[in-house]
Amino acid sequence: MSDSTNTTESARSSGGWLSDVRLWAAIGLVALLILPHFLYPVMIAKILCFALFAAAFNLLLGFAGLLSFGHAAFFGFSAYVTGYALQTLRLSAELGILAGVAVAALLGLVIGLLAIRRQGIYFAMITLALSQMVYFVALQAPFTGGEDGLQGVPRRPLFGIIDLSTNMDVYYLVLAIFCIGIFIIYRAVHSPFGKVLKSIRENEDRAISLGYDADRYKLLAFVLSAALSGLAGSAKVMVFQLASLTDVQWQMSGEVVLMAVLGGIGTMLGPILGATIIVSLQNELAQVGSLSTIVQGAVFVICVLLFRRGIVGEIGPRLRRWRDGGEKDK
Amino acid sequence: MMDLLGIPVPVLMGQLLIGLINGAFYAVLSLGLALIFGLLNIVNFAHGALYMVGAFVAFLLLDILGIGYWPALVLSPIIVGIFGMLIERFMLRRIADLDHLYGLLLTFGLALLLEGLFRQVYGVAGETYAIPESLQGGYNLGFMFLPAYRAWVLAASIVVCAATWYLIEMTRLGATMRAAVENADLVRAFGVNVPLLVTLTYGLGVGLAAFAGVLAAPIYSVNPLMGSNIIIVVFAIVVIGGLGSIKGAIISGFLLGLCEGLTRVFYAEASNIIIFVVMAIVLIVRPAGLFGKAA
Repeated sequence: MSDSTNTTESARSSGGWLSDVRLWAAIGLVALLILPHFLYPVMIAKILCFALFAAAFNLLLGFAGLLSFGHAAFFGFSAYVTGYALQTLRLSAELGILAGVAVAALLGLVIGLLAIRRQGIYFAMITLALSQMVYFVALQAPFTGGEDGLQGVPRRPLFGIIDLSTNMDVYYLVLAIFCIGIFIIYRAVHSPFGKVLKSIRENEDRAISLGYDADRYKLLAFVLSAALSGLAGSAKVMVFQLASLTDVQWQMSGEVVLMAVLGGIGTMLGPILGATIIVSLQNELAQVGSLSTIVQGAVFVICVLLFRRGIVGEIGPRLRRWRDGGEKDK
Repeated sequence: MMDLLGIPVPVLMGQLLIGLINGAFYAVLSLGLALIFGLLNIVNFAHGALYMVGAFVAFLLLDILGIGYWPALVLSPIIVGIFGMLIERFMLRRIADLDHLYGLLLTFGLALLLEGLFRQVYGVAGETYAIPESLQGGYNLGFMFLPAYRAWVLAASIVVCAATWYLIEMTRLGATMRAAVENADLVRAFGVNVPLLVTLTYGLGVGLAAFAGVLAAPIYSVNPLMGSNIIIVVFAIVVIGGLGSIKGAIISGFLLGLCEGLTRVFYAEASNIIIFVVMAIVLIVRPAGLFGKAA
């Protein structure tokens, strides 16, 4: 999208310890290591799964300018694959997760190949339609358990030896997955590949005239985003021990869009913050019928009308201006 | 019993009729989407939700005020149309100059909001709406039984599609609208109130959705989820037909409804996904859509 900002990059160039990405990442990691001893680990693990999902989605929307309305397909279907691998094939945890990621990447390749043939709103509609097709496959295929989904998926040991039977064990596995996923996204965005993606977002024709094969870059971004969404979906199966239709439904695709938009598209921190807010909100409102849908719809409308850059996108530049002003005063 | 391709004729005809009825709804909905897309350049994600609201308005008119089917068929599109014009005037206009994806996001939020509100009040079970007395019963055509209400739905939607096509292609107002699609600034320079035209177009588009909703009320139950189930299929149809032409939207709506009906006869498991498969094939063979111009 045209008016998204890139907070991380401008932060790095302006220097100062306040902008040191590594320092903040270390602080965040320490907090996440301690947090489950104070809060319910399953809840934080859930937030981490969705944060990774939203960050993977944002890789596509924020940095390549492609709005996918079908990311639930990757998230939900890889959950089924991982669940099946653990439950029926009795694979160990890492193989189950890898299988989920591989299938999500493959699905991303097929859907991506079709969707990048059109642009803008058509891209959104095509991804939505194809993900609905994946939903119907998940509903009718023999290995997905239909309406019931896969329940009681066993938490098999990691590499066959590391025990994952307690919630705390699984939390640290999910934290590791989250860190790996976010690191991959960070590296992708700050690599020459990421720069080319941004140039395609800003002006596709110019990027093509400079000799970049725009479609290949877009497809690669799509597959990467799909694979990471799949990673998030597989991690969620480890946490909740179930894979269900809610994860492949179009509402889930909408939710991840909302997380990214609310937090701030095109920022590293935005989707993580957005996911934290939305998941906490859902937890609070879960008891009151469809109130959570109403609130989500309202937040969507308010976001688009009033703060399109999302929380991080709006606050980030203000913070920097405040800090730069402060430095000048000295 | 007569057989055609190994299928009893009444079964085949019955499924084709259901396909044609679904196609009628697809056609009216994608027609509205195409109208709105033409002038506002946004894909109205709230279209399905407004179709659902249309059905609910008819239900509420009957339930609370005792107003029957025939007045509701006129009143509901007007009420929803006015509601749509308010949405356009106070929300969509504010983001008209931005990336069109924001329009999609905003209308998606509205769809969630409307669906959530109705679900909160009416649950997911849905309410029944009786077929009006004058349209009960049906005709025996010899090879199949044609329920009167379904015949009416088919006729009404064809008339509405034709009327809209006539309005856009043959009248002076339609000509102005088409001119505004081509070049809004120039049309404004000729003294046409383009913002008003945009508001009216949005009202007309969602009015059509509400009309389809009222038509659908006696066939399907009046259900808060009825809109989201159909809108994704309509999106696929719009990708197949291209949003560029009114005629394309109508034809592809009916054709794909038939296609879905035929699939239900020969391979029922695939009937849910056949339209998406067709979309994928069209994207491979003719990326701009059947009626679209290459970008």
